[in-house]
Amino acid sequence: MGDEHGPLVDLGTERPQVPARARNMSPIVPRASISGRALVAVVAIMTFLASITTGTVLLVSASAAEWQSEVASEITMQVRPQAGRDLERDVIAAAEAMRTQPGIVQVKPFSKDESARLLEPWLGSGLSIEQLPVPRVVVARVQPGTTLDLAGLRRAVTQVAPSASVDDHRAWIERMRSMTGATVFAGIGILVLVIAATIISVSFATRGAMAANRPIVEVLHFVGAGDRYIANHFLRHFLRLGLEGGLIGGGAAMLGFGFSESIAAWFSGTPVGDQFAALLGTFSLPPSGYLALAVQAVAIAAITAWASRRTLFATLDDID
Amino acid sequence: MVRFENVGLRYGLGPEILRDLTFLIPAHSFQFLTGPSGAGKTSLLRLLFLSIRPTRGLVNLFGQDVSLLGKDQVANMRQKIGIVLQDFRLLDHMTTYENVALPFRVMGREESSYRREVIDLLKWVGLGERMDALPPILSGGEKQRAAIARAVISRPQLLLADEPTGSVDPTLGRRLLRLFIELNRLGTAVIIATHDITLMDQYEARRMVLHQGRLHIYE
Repeated sequence: MGDEHGPLVDLGTERPQVPARARNMSPIVPRASISGRALVAVVAIMTFLASITTGTVLLVSASAAEWQSEVASEITMQVRPQAGRDLERDVIAAAEAMRTQPGIVQVKPFSKDESARLLEPWLGSGLSIEQLPVPRVVVARVQPGTTLDLAGLRRAVTQVAPSASVDDHRAWIERMRSMTGATVFAGIGILVLVIAATIISVSFATRGAMAANRPIVEVLHFVGAGDRYIANHFLRHFLRLGLEGGLIGGGAAMLGFGFSESIAAWFSGTPVGDQFAALLGTFSLPPSGYLALAVQAVAIAAITAWASRRTLFATLDDID
Repeated sequence: MVRFENVGLRYGLGPEILRDLTFLIPAHSFQFLTGPSGAGKTSLLRLLFLSIRPTRGLVNLFGQDVSLLGKDQVANMRQKIGIVLQDFRLLDHMTTYENVALPFRVMGREESSYRREVIDLLKWVGLGERMDALPPILSGGEKQRAAIARAVISRPQLLLADEPTGSVDPTLGRRLLRLFIELNRLGTAVIIATHDITLMDQYEARRMVLHQGRLHIYE
């Protein structure tokens, strides 16, 4: 039974004129039979949420890394006033002791006036610092990449000024690191939930589409179509729906991040704006962040297709 | 080509509706399958089409034990079998032409390679003018002819037809019988399930009679 046979029926002179051009064949699975709009909306929302989560995690991580490097390259020393000692002399001696330590590149003792300005937000202007036992601050910059001998520095400083204490902000850095870790962890948790919700929604949509198209699947089985052939025809629709949803959700999130700088500028000066600026810096995503969001949108479309394929094969097993 | 040995079939926990069926369907043979309503003709056709598996016994199709076939192998085997069902099973979103061409499409053939063949066959079954019509607007007889055309278009090795002339007038019935005979002449084994004595009287062929779940063969 191959192509070498002649025609099955010979119509003789009745033979119709064969159209010269190929016909536009209808799709095996009609597009309208798959309720795609709801699925596109679900995938778009999920992609949007996932993109916002990823973008925020990237922003927080980048800002935290920036703070950490800034804070880690700085140490501060406090010299407290002590009865029977000249605070001014102690500050100068301690600053000098600090300067001689290897790895210290710049030492800046805060003068009386500068200390008063630091306290102005709390104590108001016109303050006479002489009347208060206010400690004096000395800030030093550490050469990046050097490991400072903190114990040696403390010894050297306390020898000349017993009331001096050195803080390398280690506690702060640790707290920041754990905060960043918690943000990333929460972000990953949200992403996992979003992906799980996407898979479940897609599975339901696929099952619905298969139920609506059961007669088509049965006929395709009758004419000898294998499961792979049938699944591929459904899969095309779901991949397209997934890509559409991913594009809409991911695109909206990217636009959101694109406009965030302008939005941050509108809010600058307000308490909320300043908090955000302190937390997330300029609120602008680097190009690699946009690339990550695009990859994520494509990944969600791929997950949509994969979930659909899995459900398709499971459902095809039940239809014959 | 087809060998049944002591085949029995029951649905669920119900009584056995086909019992101890043992027969051969040789290649190039032609037979009518007949019997009263509810005798199990459609169930036997479904067994032959691999859409149900027997409860017991051996079914061997094209030299293979069907109980050992995987889903892909069943799909491949169905490409060698044409089936016409009583409820036609045409796809409503496809034109008559597309429905008839579906087996070729599933085989992955180019439309240009089968276009003439499909149009010729549609003309032959009297659907030349209805090629671009969708099944919902076809009459019962037209649907039946389209379903027959779809079953025979790829010239299967085995053709199964369930009451194929039930919805057509006697003249067209004779014409469709000629199509089945022609197909058989070209090498297809044909099994036509029917109650239509007139149809059976028109062609001298083996008769398989199902009665109370058992099969009697009259050569």
